[in-house]
Amino acid sequence: MKKIITLSIIALSVLFNYCTNAPEQTTESTATETSPGGGQEAVKDDESAKDVVKVAVGSPDHTTLVAALKQAELVTALSNAGPFTVFAPTNAAFNKLPAGTVEGLMKPEKKADLQNILQYHVAVAVYKTEDMQDGQVIGQANGDNITLSVKDGKVMVNGTANIIASIKATNGIIHVIDAVLLPPAK
Amino acid sequence: MKKGFSFPFTSLLLVSLVAIALQGCKPQGAQSAVGGDAASKVYVAPGKYDEFYNFVSGGFSGQMSVYGLPSGRLFRVIPVFSVDPEKGWGYSEETKPMLNTSNGFVPWDDLHHIALSVTDGIHDGRWAFGNANNTPRIARIDLKTFRTAEIIEIPNSAGNHSSPFITENSEYVVAGTRFSIPIGDKQDVAINTYKDNFKGTVSFISLDKTSGEMSIAFQILLPGVNFDLARAGKGKSAGWFFFSCYNSEKANTLLEVNASQKDKDFIMAVNWKKAEEYAKAGKGQKKAVQYVHNTYSDKTHSATSTMLKEVLVLDPKELADMVYFMPCPKSPHGCDTDPTGEFIVGSGKLAAVIPVFSFDKIQKAIADKNYDGNYDGIPVLKYDAVLHGEVKKPGLGPLHTEFDDKGNAYTSFFVSSEIVKWNIKDLKVLDRVNTYYSIGHLCVPGGPTKKPWGKYVIAYNKITKDRYLPTGPELTQSAQIFDISGDKMKLLLDFPTIGEPHYAEAIPANLLMKNSQKIFKIEENQNPFAAKGDNFARVERKGNEIHVYATSIRSHFTPDNIEGVKMGDVVYFHVTNLEQDWDVPHGFAIKGANNGELLIMPGETQTLKWIPEKVGVFPFYCTDFCSALHQEMQGYIRVSPAGANIPISFGTGKKVPEAATAPATEQKPTK
Repeated sequence: MKKIITLSIIALSVLFNYCTNAPEQTTESTATETSPGGGQEAVKDDESAKDVVKVAVGSPDHTTLVAALKQAELVTALSNAGPFTVFAPTNAAFNKLPAGTVEGLMKPEKKADLQNILQYHVAVAVYKTEDMQDGQVIGQANGDNITLSVKDGKVMVNGTANIIASIKATNGIIHVIDAVLLPPAK
Repeated sequence: MKKGFSFPFTSLLLVSLVAIALQGCKPQGAQSAVGGDAASKVYVAPGKYDEFYNFVSGGFSGQMSVYGLPSGRLFRVIPVFSVDPEKGWGYSEETKPMLNTSNGFVPWDDLHHIALSVTDGIHDGRWAFGNANNTPRIARIDLKTFRTAEIIEIPNSAGNHSSPFITENSEYVVAGTRFSIPIGDKQDVAINTYKDNFKGTVSFISLDKTSGEMSIAFQILLPGVNFDLARAGKGKSAGWFFFSCYNSEKANTLLEVNASQKDKDFIMAVNWKKAEEYAKAGKGQKKAVQYVHNTYSDKTHSATSTMLKEVLVLDPKELADMVYFMPCPKSPHGCDTDPTGEFIVGSGKLAAVIPVFSFDKIQKAIADKNYDGNYDGIPVLKYDAVLHGEVKKPGLGPLHTEFDDKGNAYTSFFVSSEIVKWNIKDLKVLDRVNTYYSIGHLCVPGGPTKKPWGKYVIAYNKITKDRYLPTGPELTQSAQIFDISGDKMKLLLDFPTIGEPHYAEAIPANLLMKNSQKIFKIEENQNPFAAKGDNFARVERKGNEIHVYATSIRSHFTPDNIEGVKMGDVVYFHVTNLEQDWDVPHGFAIKGANNGELLIMPGETQTLKWIPEKVGVFPFYCTDFCSALHQEMQGYIRVSPAGANIPISFGTGKKVPEAATAPATEQKPTK
């Protein structure tokens, strides 16, 4: 019981802190718009099916991706109406990158690079695997293209990443991939 | 913790507290972005006026709504393309012809965009135009009466989305097809012959300088792409019009994927002065079509619908120097010209840049024939040759751009839900603000004109979710007003809107309120069924038609007792409001009416058709609270069996029919 109460108190204080940290409408001194705050990702809704962000958050294999999306401030966009096709590298896929790559990208000064890479994993439209064609080129949110190859019904992106599973979400579709996609060098 | 508190209670308490804390937090992000002095900036004290009128498209409501800014208060919903039983729009005999089309009476449409009339590129406060997206039409709203004065149908069109944008001196409003369709005699074609058989058109509807009356001057026949949005040039580019188009792939299925294949679609530049020259010189071909033109007269207080049978079509393949395409990245949606007329901003829905085109460079590229081939025989200008520059990585999903009075542009981003402010000349991003709920259009007062009034930008969002108190699965839409007077945009207020708002315009209140009409003069009422005084009130039988020439004035109808109607009759209540006092409409409703009510403005005559379904006595009454004795403003009409031998009789007060109880005895009219 003690444990529960302690935990609850911690939870409460966190929540209250969370609240008090937010500038309030009525306070003159907080008349700023510095905090981008939360948008549709903050909507409390346990009744609707999950959007791409909530699906990713619920996946133990995508904790790195979710942390990166948060760092890149893409959670709001991906919680919006879409429709999106998200190519979602697993934790293992991120681990295949040279040591220190992910840590480097998570630094505040690298936010633009991280955004570029993550936006390279998102297309605005729903592309289902059954509609994908060998050689198909898809424009991604960062402005670069990916190329698909289809062999024996299996889809590979840029010749490097295999689609290993696909999950429908309310605002699009997630294709789980086993390698991180790297935008073409400029 | 006090000893003795039981575990469940403590837990419950904590759970409740947590719940309260959570509730208190929502919507955390949104509140955090509101400035502390926001309330005072949108507060318009009782009796004070708003600074701007905001004309907001009603989207799938088919109507146009009028809000005040900065308060966000709703003043009026103007019925345009959808019936409105509340106002009798589309139900009264006088207004029914306004919704007539070549497909018959169409009671609904989808109004997306507003264009306010301009003189020398500046709001002149005369008319507002709205487009019907579904059954292609354009409506003109008279800003003296805030009522729909005219509706014209657009032939050879489907999905009139790229409309009703307006030229610098209100010479023309335009109508571009969203859907390309088979045009001409060959209509019954296989859909998969799209590339061969489907064409697009843009129509130029000329406006009479004085009355504003619309007529289709000419149409330009174009490749089968989807035309999306448009803007006229200004100043040096005033003789040009720019249209965004997508689906240059000419896909006819799963456009979500198939119309997103190419890296670039087009902005189409039309030299409308040249097209006008061709039209006036008798070039082009007159094509047989059918479309209606409906006008409403404030003298006869009724509408006339006329079927027209011909339209002039100009083909750019035969008529040179009229149409050019400019490549524009990724399915351009918004196509907006800046106040100087030099810059044209194309917003590719799927693009990672915002290209800004230069009118001077366009002119040079045309002069130098600096082409990148052609598209269906129409020259394509080289992208680099016409580009002023690109706004790099501005956000995700750029849609629309408006301008302020300081050389800044404001672009809405649907995917990333934000407004981004940038400088038109150096293309640098200056500020960005989250709109949270998937913004579509945005509006700066005067934003599309040569003289933006600035001060605010209003976001019209597509999603509302938890923004207001929940109302089940369907929620109101959310508009948000931001202060743009400083360097940083500041969120001031959310306000709900009717239908789904798409484009909106805002105009200073002082340009309109002085012209706002208060009454219709009764002596000028030329409605053939008007009764311009109680003495003229009467009931006449013409075969099985009963015409009731009624008057209403505080607080009675004349006549209010009517007999002699029989089953099989069709009754027309022509009600004239004799009041000559501002804001004293009278309503008219009768039991069992299977249409709407009438709301009759002072000095106006409106007609409700009523077909009795049963024998009996039916009450009618005034629906608009008009005086302390409004509740006494009522009457009866008696309906007898088909074979009954009861003559027409009617009256009010002492003149009521005398033997109203006798079922089938001969009566004389009591005059």
